[in-house]
Amino acid sequence: MELYRLTIHELNEKLRAKETSAEEITAAAFARIDAVEKDVRAYITLMKETAFAEAKQADATLKRGEGGPLTGIPIALKDIACTRGTLTTCGSRMLSSFIPPYDATVIEKLRAAGAVFTGKTNMDEFAMGSSTETSFYGASRNPWDLERIPGGSSGGSAAAVAADECIAAIGSDTGGSIRPPAALCGIVGMKPTYGRVSRFGLIAFASSLDQIGPFTKDVEDCAIMMNVLAGYDNRDSTSAAEEVPDYRQFLGKGIEGWTVGIPQEYFVGGLAPEVERAVRQAVKTVESAGARCVDVSLPHTEYCLAVYYIVAPAEASSNLARYDGVKYGFRSPESRDLLDMYKKTRSAGFGAEVKRRIMIGTYALSSGYYDAYYKKASQVRSLIKRDFDEAFKTCDALLTPTTPTPAFCIGEKTDDPMQMYLSDLFTISTNLAGIPGISVPCGYSASGLPIGVQFLAGHFQEGRLLQIASAYEKHANIEKRRPNL
Amino acid sequence: MKAILPQRHFKGTPACTLAAVELKIGVISLENIKISKDQVAWVAHLARLEFKEEETEKFTTQMNDILSYMDKLSEVETAGVEPLANATLRKNAFRTDDVKDSLPPEQALANAPEARGGFFQVPKVIE
Repeated sequence: MELYRLTIHELNEKLRAKETSAEEITAAAFARIDAVEKDVRAYITLMKETAFAEAKQADATLKRGEGGPLTGIPIALKDIACTRGTLTTCGSRMLSSFIPPYDATVIEKLRAAGAVFTGKTNMDEFAMGSSTETSFYGASRNPWDLERIPGGSSGGSAAAVAADECIAAIGSDTGGSIRPPAALCGIVGMKPTYGRVSRFGLIAFASSLDQIGPFTKDVEDCAIMMNVLAGYDNRDSTSAAEEVPDYRQFLGKGIEGWTVGIPQEYFVGGLAPEVERAVRQAVKTVESAGARCVDVSLPHTEYCLAVYYIVAPAEASSNLARYDGVKYGFRSPESRDLLDMYKKTRSAGFGAEVKRRIMIGTYALSSGYYDAYYKKASQVRSLIKRDFDEAFKTCDALLTPTTPTPAFCIGEKTDDPMQMYLSDLFTISTNLAGIPGISVPCGYSASGLPIGVQFLAGHFQEGRLLQIASAYEKHANIEKRRPNL
Repeated sequence: MKAILPQRHFKGTPACTLAAVELKIGVISLENIKISKDQVAWVAHLARLEFKEEETEKFTTQMNDILSYMDKLSEVETAGVEPLANATLRKNAFRTDDVKDSLPPEQALANAPEARGGFFQVPKVIE
């Protein structure tokens, strides 16, 4: 079995047993990248030289008998996290020349844990999209079918893990940018509780919704990554002081006697029959693992999209106001005066989807409309969160589909923003309420495309999520196929 | 899915003009809102964006589709409900006003599209 096919925990065992080295694993990962990257197009920037230097350091650390589970492990980074000295583009022309002078907190943490960085992965521009099709650098491909999208906005990271171009990756999730790509690419993806992982150094899209999270090949690896990523950071004023448990202790504990809620509003028309079948099978699996599945209602589900598509663009219009061509990034040449420079820079620097959301957000926040749109949406958001608080009074976790359909073809939905937005339907609510969610593979479509099931839990209950995800993974025993690359 | 797609089309009303935006009308009935091309142009100016004629038309249509979808929120009774800004309700994350290291000037200017004499250089600001 080639090294690049293994998981973090499997490689860690081999490293401890001195059966391999960080340098060997890194070489294997880059050989794999050389072989498949031209088809998968997961990366914007590869970090080969620095990776081998990091691998060498990791080997030295391991030789001293030090280091942890991530030492020497090749990890890919969504190009939305600032990496000191390495191009960070956010998938946009606006930042196509931007080299951050600092590392994001999660990057610092991963470095300290001895991870080896393979590169910066492709994403929808400024994280606005569900397919990577809005990236300035072109769409990434789903390793399971190169004519299809890997999901988005963290599509590059998901594709890289699914194609074994790295062992694990990080992405970011604002309305479902980790979980759907994980489902469509047949891997595990988690969005932590809002405030669980520091946003310092994360290029901001919607500040009350953004969270960084891991993509991994299995649930155990997810727990390992969360142990490193989670934690208080005084440089992020929304960072939570909650203690970080050892998430690995929740693995294998089982869900005997648990109550798992099935939100009825998530099983409506528009769900592809294959997805519904796979998710209903997941319900049976959860029951066979000793849990009791009950119907629950999240009555404000039908308002989630409307709330999200006011709140997120509003916050984005504010966050993206900083891109003015003055201090860094793209600047349009030959402007008459400052105002002209701002307009030309922003109009040429941003793509159509980003401009659309800035426009909606600016309108929603403009004088006279703030109360009608943003404030109203924020009030309904309170009610959406209340729905979940109520559900978690009687349920240990909730189970839902992750996406309405398996991966669609490139170009299939780009003309209709509304259609694209619907693919976020099952994941948006979790960002609005701030609760954590995880997507785990639950089967394949008739044509062999992966399908995912989503588990949700209350605030700071990532441990519970890993507990049910690990129990499900074990009992479901989904056939481990590999993309044909 | 059908229930949540835009269902209504609105006639443009005289109230929805550039003037209305500038007069800061307090209570807006969402039922009558349809964004006009003039409004789109004004919002573009606020957002420091500029569009060609065909783009403005396309944007106007797309924005109207999305905005009429938002009218769905007026169905929800929210009297007395506190707006939710931060899902985990953290308050007042202060720190003491201690001087810490800051970015050295050379690093701060390293990404500048144009720089001169230790400053960011931009086109003329004041006439």
